[in-house]
Amino acid sequence: MSVFRTSRPARAGQYVALLAYLVFLAFPFLWLVSTAFKPPRELGSLHPTWIPKDPTLANFRQAFDEQPLLGAALNSLVAALGAAVIAVVIATPMAYVMARRRALLSKAATGWVVVSQAFPFVLVIIPLFLVLKNLRLINSVPGLIMVYVVWTLPFALWMLIGYVRAVPAELEEAAAVDGAGKLRTLVSVIAPLLAPGLVATALFAFISAWNEFFFALVLLKTPEKQTLPVVLTHFIGAEGVADLGPLAAAAFLATLPSLVVFALIQKRITGGMLAGAVKS
Amino acid sequence: MTLATATTRSTKRPPAPDGDRRLTDHGAWFLVLPALLPILVLSVGPLLYGIALAFTDAQSGRTAPTQWIGLLNFRDLLHDTLFWDSFRIGLLWAVGVTVPQFLLALGLALLLNQNLRLRWLARALAIIPWAMPEVVVGIMWRLVYNPDAGILNETLRDLGLGDGRDWLTSLATALPAVIVVGVWAGMPQTTVVLLAGLQNTPRELHEAAAMDGAGAWRRFRTVTWPALRPVALAITALNLIWNFNSFALVYVLTSGGPGGRTRLPMLFAYEEAFRYGQFGYAAAMGCVMVAVISVVLAVHLVGRLRGGDQR
Repeated sequence: MSVFRTSRPARAGQYVALLAYLVFLAFPFLWLVSTAFKPPRELGSLHPTWIPKDPTLANFRQAFDEQPLLGAALNSLVAALGAAVIAVVIATPMAYVMARRRALLSKAATGWVVVSQAFPFVLVIIPLFLVLKNLRLINSVPGLIMVYVVWTLPFALWMLIGYVRAVPAELEEAAAVDGAGKLRTLVSVIAPLLAPGLVATALFAFISAWNEFFFALVLLKTPEKQTLPVVLTHFIGAEGVADLGPLAAAAFLATLPSLVVFALIQKRITGGMLAGAVKS
Repeated sequence: MTLATATTRSTKRPPAPDGDRRLTDHGAWFLVLPALLPILVLSVGPLLYGIALAFTDAQSGRTAPTQWIGLLNFRDLLHDTLFWDSFRIGLLWAVGVTVPQFLLALGLALLLNQNLRLRWLARALAIIPWAMPEVVVGIMWRLVYNPDAGILNETLRDLGLGDGRDWLTSLATALPAVIVVGVWAGMPQTTVVLLAGLQNTPRELHEAAAMDGAGAWRRFRTVTWPALRPVALAITALNLIWNFNSFALVYVLTSGGPGGRTRLPMLFAYEEAFRYGQFGYAAAMGCVMVAVISVVLAVHLVGRLRGGDQR
């Protein structure tokens, strides 16, 4: 079939290399899972094993006892859902305009997307902290949602522009001929075709917000308001000493939603990145 | 100046033939506003405010009004050896992560572009570092590096390579250990981007080159790389920025220790702002970081683009 004939030793070399990559990618995660199910005695042993000899769920129970994980998960969920929904709702119309018209505005917005990537967060977070403090939105999940919306916008716009370009413009022209206004066209013609892309973008924004740490660390002060990543760091004591079992258990649980959601949309994300990249 | 001319030119564009141009323009503004307002209020505004803060003596919880102090913060920064140490570490980290990240990702992308079995497994596993919260990545690698209960030292002991060490707290190994984690965390995303670039390279050219008897390395040099270049350039530039500005990974792994050996500029500025309350000074650090990353990027991009012309 192919004109490339890969010699046998070369092929073997490729498999060895691929195997090395697989091991490198997987082993830290396997170790996390292994640690999460180990009883304290095994964690203290000088010769840890890959597979726990006495697997136990005690670490999970202890993790929930030690830190307010449920409350933190709820905060994370509210923040991530809120940010994802709002970001997609406000980004879609803008992405539509940017995709269909190469006006000055699109250029300015593209410029902002680039610049917002280059600026260190510390330069943004100090003023945001001061502004939100004046609005009494420090230590509040709604305040965090506002920050997350703007923080997830660049990539959401980027992905959505790609999806909008994939919808043929003739459809809109037809709708315009039928007398539909801009908003009507957007809601009843474009949005249904965009639906899969909208879902993918929303889920991506969800993961970004669910995983985010820096803003949450600065803006949320009390444990009952904090999100999962911030609460996870409380398992590590001041001296860097940590109760490994519960730490691993909690970290494992906090990762599951991201992994599941990401697995669902992986193809679309890479597709969206490409769509945005190839045509601009 | 150029901006002004660009503006007038675009507004003087001939009206659309269908005549309802103004109407659609109103419609467009209406569509853009919901996103534009938050961007202006919560992103552009704070950025400008942040730059302005760098020229003030703003502090947290102070009662006296904030004053303009001109370049005083920057003069202080110039003599702040701790900051420059942190800066040097930040550049070392950014380059130390970005380069291996790119090379490893390129290798994996080339492999995944082949017709190998187990490709699906690599794709599935690549999700893990990409989707995981950075905090969890940090925690996970703390478990790997743990001197007693960690798998790294245990493996070294099994292989008879000595007793292992406390990777994250010893002066010599802390930064390399942290860099490995950075590479691991960012590799999948780079791989996916490069793989997408690879799949866009013209297959006929490849086949023609193979017919002419070009070996794998020559095919890579003459066909694959020229096609991949723009993508590679873009992703390394982005990685460089992201890595230089990274925070959570190292915060969880070492909090900047031991003895500041892994104190990236972001960690330094964070402590300055939110532990010591020196808002103005921390903002000045942020400005210097932007300036330096811009210079590095300009050098990177100009160098690469010029290299492309010579071919």
